[in-house]
Amino acid sequence: MSKMTLKTEGDKYVIVTRRFAASPEAVYRAHIEPALVQKWMLGPEGWTMPVCINEGKPGGKIRYEWTNGKGQGFYLTGEFLELQPYSRIVHVERMHLPNPTPDNHVETRFEPDGTGTLMTMRMTLPDAATRAAMLSTGMEKGMEASYVRLETLL
Amino acid sequence: MDNLDAAFTALADPTRRAILARLARGEATVTQLAKPFAMTQPAISQHLKVLEGAGLIVSRVDGTKRPRRLARSGIEALDQWLAMLRKGLEKSYDRLDEVLALMEHRKKGEVQ
Repeated sequence: MSKMTLKTEGDKYVIVTRRFAASPEAVYRAHIEPALVQKWMLGPEGWTMPVCINEGKPGGKIRYEWTNGKGQGFYLTGEFLELQPYSRIVHVERMHLPNPTPDNHVETRFEPDGTGTLMTMRMTLPDAATRAAMLSTGMEKGMEASYVRLETLL
Repeated sequence: MDNLDAAFTALADPTRRAILARLARGEATVTQLAKPFAMTQPAISQHLKVLEGAGLIVSRVDGTKRPRRLARSGIEALDQWLAMLRKGLEKSYDRLDEVLALMEHRKKGEVQ
């Protein structure tokens, strides 16, 4: 519907925004109901989420397991901290690759925006370096691009 | 990707990030790398050891010198994971649009 924006704030925050042509209730539900989450939170083409545990309550556990069907996979674990239907979700998460990445504290807000919803996700990383690493787009191929990108991050 | 943890740890230090930025412009010796910093060569060597252990840089022997350069495989592993994160996020939200459209469709169906 609309392009995703991704920007930094301060030393260790990343803000992602995205508009959706649906009510805040629908967008909120699509973020915590496993049957819905499994349909979209899949990342690149070809990946599926065979395991989706989402205990949508404070202290509830999150566990997403992804596979590309070719023997590659990774998983994410996390815990819900706060839930305000249908406007706000606060949780922490970490990727396991298989070693865990630093904890990412995530606050997701859903606000009415015309007939749709503006989603604002605020991620708090442990430090500037982790955030810098997260922000590399890595879209181009080849080492030269990687070097240039790495340099702009530093 | 076993090295990812070590790579993140290595990136968590400003001196090491500056060293990587310098090496992104080309190979350099310890003397050249130490120059911009108010640090002794042993201190720089220690940082280089961490970067090497994380698979982010490699060295070669050139007489008495051991010039360092960025390690293609290490940087690419990091890069691949990061690309997956950003591109994956965009792709996921495109998919969420479809899920939401379907939810809306069903809701209307129930009302009628």
